[in-house]
Amino acid sequence: MNLLQNILQNISKPLLSVYFTAGFPELNSTSVILHALEKSGVDMVEIGLPFSDPLADGVVIQQSSQKALANGMNLQKYLQQLAEIRPLSKLPFILMGYYNPVYQFGMENLLRECSKIGIDALIIPDLPPQEYEEKYKSLFEQYNISFVFLITPQTPTERMHKIDHLSSTFIYAVSSAATTGNALEIDEKKLAYFERLKSVGLKHPIIIGFGIDGKQNFDLATKYAAGAIIGSAYIKIISQSTNIEQDTENFIRGIRN
Amino acid sequence: MIQNKYHANEKGYYGDFGGAYIPEMLYSNVEYLRTNYLRIIENPEFQLEFNQLLKDYVGRPSPLYFARRLSETYGASIFLKREDLNHTGAHKINNTIGQILMARQMGKTRIIAETGAGQHGVATATVAALMNLECVVYMGALDVQRQAPNVARMKMLGATVVPVHSGNKTLKDATNEAIRDWIQNPENTFYIIGSVVGPHPYPDMVSRFQSVISEEIKIQLLEKTGRENPDKIIACVGGGSNAAGAFYHFLDNENVELIAVEAEGLGINTHQTAATTAIGKTGIIHGSKTLLMQTSDGQIEEPYSISAGLDYPGIGPLHAHLFVTGRAKFYAATDHEALVAAKLLTRLEGIIPALESAHAFAVLPKVRLKQNEIVVINLSGRGDKDMETYLKSNF
Repeated sequence: MNLLQNILQNISKPLLSVYFTAGFPELNSTSVILHALEKSGVDMVEIGLPFSDPLADGVVIQQSSQKALANGMNLQKYLQQLAEIRPLSKLPFILMGYYNPVYQFGMENLLRECSKIGIDALIIPDLPPQEYEEKYKSLFEQYNISFVFLITPQTPTERMHKIDHLSSTFIYAVSSAATTGNALEIDEKKLAYFERLKSVGLKHPIIIGFGIDGKQNFDLATKYAAGAIIGSAYIKIISQSTNIEQDTENFIRGIRN
Repeated sequence: MIQNKYHANEKGYYGDFGGAYIPEMLYSNVEYLRTNYLRIIENPEFQLEFNQLLKDYVGRPSPLYFARRLSETYGASIFLKREDLNHTGAHKINNTIGQILMARQMGKTRIIAETGAGQHGVATATVAALMNLECVVYMGALDVQRQAPNVARMKMLGATVVPVHSGNKTLKDATNEAIRDWIQNPENTFYIIGSVVGPHPYPDMVSRFQSVISEEIKIQLLEKTGRENPDKIIACVGGGSNAAGAFYHFLDNENVELIAVEAEGLGINTHQTAATTAIGKTGIIHGSKTLLMQTSDGQIEEPYSISAGLDYPGIGPLHAHLFVTGRAKFYAATDHEALVAAKLLTRLEGIIPALESAHAFAVLPKVRLKQNEIVVINLSGRGDKDMETYLKSNF
């Protein structure tokens, strides 16, 4: 059982997952940020592998990705950094990135590295479920790495069940029709979608992301789901920070309390 | 229905290329299109309206013109397919008419598009005005500058033009931003993609709408020469929609030589190029697996061409397939060669071509032509929008 599976089987409070882009604001910020997040009490981390053309991301993550690439981040360095940090951390690590850099590296090469290092799961938004099932499912199983799928308000219920069936840890529910970093506006339609997520009866826990920017949204989302993910709001904090450790702690405490 | 090795299969693959690599946020829209586009296109009422608009609104069939002086210069019989004479000045409108009818059929009320040279943006703004639908066009900030006349046209047509400041501020970046808009507006918005790129079914759908070009070439060539198949067809390729249209009905006839011309920019080895087949590798861009200019680490490389419409780091999956199978021959023309070719065509035939189309003419000196050989060049657009660039290059 990997760290992620372990956490998901022992959920006692709403899970807080935080996304940040590796190599931002500085190339070697990754370890500082991971340490600060773990100390502040987050439950898991999604570590973004920067890509030149991130289609599902809003301007905050686009800019952090551009800066990270300019800083010299790439998949080799990413894996190297996580390999160094892994023995010092108990947080589940989730790699979030786009398909093309993974495709060039080779999926099996990447899974082998993830398994060796201790990266528990991959989120690749532009790798569709059908392609995963036909080409990569058995490889992920072989290396005991989880592939995390997205569902959205437009995903038909039948497809949610199909995705549930293909999943092995949790399902990433996109909060609304949006790219990342657009503040979540709560209206009846959104609550109806959250209700649907709760009542549709998926076997795997759901974690809600996109537009979760603070305590209020976090508390609301986790009424309906096992946890929630904060990304752009946290990147904004660290992009202006002169003391990442302190600012991270303040930010996370504001959500947890 | 045509089904064979040069057409998309049910999943949208041309050989190894194509597919639909999209985030879940786009799934419902793309899936609806995938399962309905053929039914909608093949409906007789749709066909009737589409063909009528192409005839009375666009001005089709576009002429096939025998270019006498150009032919004498190169020692072959050269015919020009005059897509430059279409309403709005390029082939792009063939596709936007088709897609706007599809959008209307699906009950969509808002239209978005990306544009490079602005020709697709103008063609989209035009049909959106015609159908009284809201229209937003994404355009790289650099292209907004270098294609100012087309920006003015889009605005006069009632479209909102959004300058995009990410990346190199060109076509790739405009496409990223249009896709992000679509993600945020899945219910009411139809994305009219301007080339044979994007997730399946777009490459096939756009090819079908543009296939009217080769359909007409066959009929017109038969009238003029007694043969319906030329020896060679030449077209420029950015994403590749005019080439797809010009090649479409000749794909299965291997006696017809297909010649695609990419934009070489300042030169293949200068990092200032858009010649994808020369330096690209298989990868994923804008929802499609295709040949792509990229770093060894899988980051997409910024392309460069003097021509905004060819300034794109990939090519449509059909063209990637035509390249690797050898069915089409790929050439590249530099900025300079395109400018020289534009000037030559202007002085020999009295036709000022779009910079994009000028690239197709630029390979005439490089292609081995035989006496009496019949060559068709797709003159995909006119040069009005490029006058500033032409004047700057000392014509």
